Amino acid sequence: MMIDIGPLSDIPRQGARVVKTPHGCVAVFRTATDQVFAIDDACPHKGGPLSEGIVHGTSVTCPLHSWVFDLNTGMAQGADEGTVATYAVMVEDGRILLDAAWLRERSAA
Amino acid sequence: MTQKLVVIGAGMASGRMLEHLTDTDPGAYDITLFNAEPRGNYNRLMLSPVLSGEKTYAQIVTHDEPWYAARAIDIRFGEPVVKIDRRNRTVVSASGGVPYDKLVIATGSAPFIIPVPGRDLPGVVTFRDLDDTDAMTAAAAKGGHAVVIGGGLLGLEAAAGLRMLGMEVTVIHLMGHLMERQLDPAAGYLLQKDLERRGIKVHCKGATKAILGDGRVEAVLLEDGTTYPADLVCMAVGIRPETRLATDAGLDVARGITVSDAMETSDPAIFALGECVEHDRQLFGLVAPLYDQAKVLADTLLGQPAAFRPVQTATKLKVTGCDLFSAGDFAEAEGREDIVFRDPGRGIYKRLVLEGDRLVGAVMYGDTADGAWFFDQIRSGADIADKRNTLIFGPSAGTADPLAAVAAMPDSAEICGCNGVCKGRIVQAIKDGATDLDAVRATTKASASCGTCTGLVEQVMSLTLGDTFQMPTAKPMCKCTDHTHEDVRRLIKSMGLKSIPAVMQELGWTTAGGCASCRPALNYYLIADWPLEYQDDRQSRFVNERNHANIQKDGTYSVVPRMWGGVTTPTELRAIADAADKYNVPMVKVTGGQRIDLLGVRKEDLPAMWADLNAAGMVSGHAYSKGLRTVKTCVGSEFCRFGTQDSTGLGIKLEKLLWGSWTPHKVKLGVSGCPRNCAEATCKDVGIICVDSGYQISVAGAAGMELKETQPLALATTEEEAIELTTAFIQLYREHAKYLDRPYKWVAKVGLDWVIAQVMEHRTALVERFEVSQSVYRRDPWAEHAAEATKWAPMADLTLEAAE
Repeated sequence: MMIDIGPLSDIPRQGARVVKTPHGCVAVFRTATDQVFAIDDACPHKGGPLSEGIVHGTSVTCPLHSWVFDLNTGMAQGADEGTVATYAVMVEDGRILLDAAWLRERSAA
Repeated sequence: MTQKLVVIGAGMASGRMLEHLTDTDPGAYDITLFNAEPRGNYNRLMLSPVLSGEKTYAQIVTHDEPWYAARAIDIRFGEPVVKIDRRNRTVVSASGGVPYDKLVIATGSAPFIIPVPGRDLPGVVTFRDLDDTDAMTAAAAKGGHAVVIGGGLLGLEAAAGLRMLGMEVTVIHLMGHLMERQLDPAAGYLLQKDLERRGIKVHCKGATKAILGDGRVEAVLLEDGTTYPADLVCMAVGIRPETRLATDAGLDVARGITVSDAMETSDPAIFALGECVEHDRQLFGLVAPLYDQAKVLADTLLGQPAAFRPVQTATKLKVTGCDLFSAGDFAEAEGREDIVFRDPGRGIYKRLVLEGDRLVGAVMYGDTADGAWFFDQIRSGADIADKRNTLIFGPSAGTADPLAAVAAMPDSAEICGCNGVCKGRIVQAIKDGATDLDAVRATTKASASCGTCTGLVEQVMSLTLGDTFQMPTAKPMCKCTDHTHEDVRRLIKSMGLKSIPAVMQELGWTTAGGCASCRPALNYYLIADWPLEYQDDRQSRFVNERNHANIQKDGTYSVVPRMWGGVTTPTELRAIADAADKYNVPMVKVTGGQRIDLLGVRKEDLPAMWADLNAAGMVSGHAYSKGLRTVKTCVGSEFCRFGTQDSTGLGIKLEKLLWGSWTPHKVKLGVSGCPRNCAEATCKDVGIICVDSGYQISVAGAAGMELKETQPLALATTEEEAIELTTAFIQLYREHAKYLDRPYKWVAKVGLDWVIAQVMEHRTALVERFEVSQSVYRRDPWAEHAAEATKWAPMADLTLEAAE
């Protein structure tokens, strides 16, 4: 199930916005080339809000202690080890659609 | 009896379809061809050379009267179809009805007109057909100013054509760089530079607010208040499929007329192709897929099974002298890697996107000779593993030059800013026998003062001396470049680089868009060097500066309102207390810089809290910035029995002068009214101790990771002089220091003697440059952002969604 969370133009290029869910916030990113990614908005290191990091290429640098995550995989880069969950997201007619099936699964569990 | 085929629209797609159809089976159909334009098929792609005068209409006609006559096609040019009557299988035009067995809709697209006031004024045109082209040629004959709205393919071709016809042309583009669908920012920058070189003004991030004029167009007004004079306005912001006939006839229409793989619409007797169709949720604007559709539709009409499959497309801009190429998919994605090559000297940028061992995309500017070869590699999906190392050089490999940026500098470019030594002078000295750094310093004085240009001088030596010179290794700025911070700062100035893409291109960055380390530094350097021209890039800032508050470990923020010189009032204190109550602030703390810190504020509450504090007359305390933080003061001669001067008053004056300025790292000041130094001024970046005879100014203190006492800069006899010297010192620091070096680190590198000499000699000029910068930056960011509160809240709330 895809949920329309708003227009692409609501997110600045090389920036992110947050979507609130019952299981914590999801950070939705827009890259310099208008690709969109969604990952958990909490760094596995100390819980830093990844939505506030600097976006470069398809990576984001955590604002608290500069861990770098690949937005495609949610994996920490370089010497750091850790992963954040990634969610399916797409853009259609300028609207961002977030896969919300996992929300149901987790709330049912 | 022969079947009747009616075609609506004589564009490039339907023309190609008729060719296939009549070549394969000339007698299959009796064909009637309608066209709203009073002419037949011509090559619409070649309208830009017609506009610029490089070609005539006759040269771009693809099908002439004898061609139609030979195929017995009944041509109805200048006769618009007004209705499709599906029940009676008839199309209706002004001259009556024409029955069909099979109908082809090829109505193409219409220019998108942005709904701004003044769009209907005479003098506003689009760039779609020959009539538009003729209208523009006629307007250009009178000369004057043209504004083209839209910096895509079509808009730029219109702009280049109008420029060649002698008009003063400005292009307004909504996005951050030109042709953003086909180019990345680096290639967009080079394209803009080329267009500007030929006299076309480009305004990116420009949203049109209104077209102004009394009776006819006179000017274009942008949202940011800029106005451009205009005798002609060309709207080229995009196209939308022309689907009105299909919609009225009740066919399935999404954004375009929906067609199957066989180009069939929802009515089996009606087909469509070209820019008016939507296939598999995709629209088409480039000619290659349209020609494929033409072939498929011809087969379908002849009863042959055929299916349309969209193919990779490549883009070239038809502007003489602008050499760009883009093909495939150059977005970044999982498992994809970039290979980037830049040759600043020749204005070349190439970027290849690899997925595993296949090439999937390419963007090139300046040298597109290998474009076709790369396009082949993309389409064939060839394994490029074995030629990966030299792939970027195309079929004939060469090598890159790490010294290209310095090699590209003209002899007149200044290398040493302290002593005003240009590149040519250094080259001459080396040729005259100065073969080591000390000899160059001794003969030219280059790098003999602050020393920050040493890296560049060495590069000039390496270029001039070749292999006989051993380059010392200096620490590069980050993994994206071999240049040091100092080199980059110097080159930004001497090469006049005024945007992040410009720096990355001209200095040969090895990544497409930089990293989290170099982007904030470049953003600062550009702000410091080009305060009036460069626009701050918020996305290149660390979280605290982007959000104008300090992030805490739990993701909340702290808010510190400014208290000039550490002085507050009961009214301000009440407003702070009210804000603390209203937003449930868990901790209120007094800071070491004589301010009040509200800790634990939620991000979405920031704008409202700022608005409340603004209403009480307070502004941002910039407790989060690499900029002027606080001026700490004691009560001074106003109340203290030992005070020699009005230290509080001086502190407030300094803070009101310096606030809002960006610096390489944070800057804190202290002003004490007597040598008892209650304001602890002698461990600050600038500390002033008031004495009977005046003001002792000292600099480069520290009380953090390192503890350093300030060193004397000067003794000022008047308050004005103390302010002037302090400002000059801070501006010198702004212009020269490496990003994230506090003043004490920078002074240790360049030497206090050099700093004193510069401040004394150039104080007036330094203060003037500081004031120029402050004309932009001495303003409250809170007030600006408080007005856009929605941007600080979550974009969506799905907590209710799941509960349903």
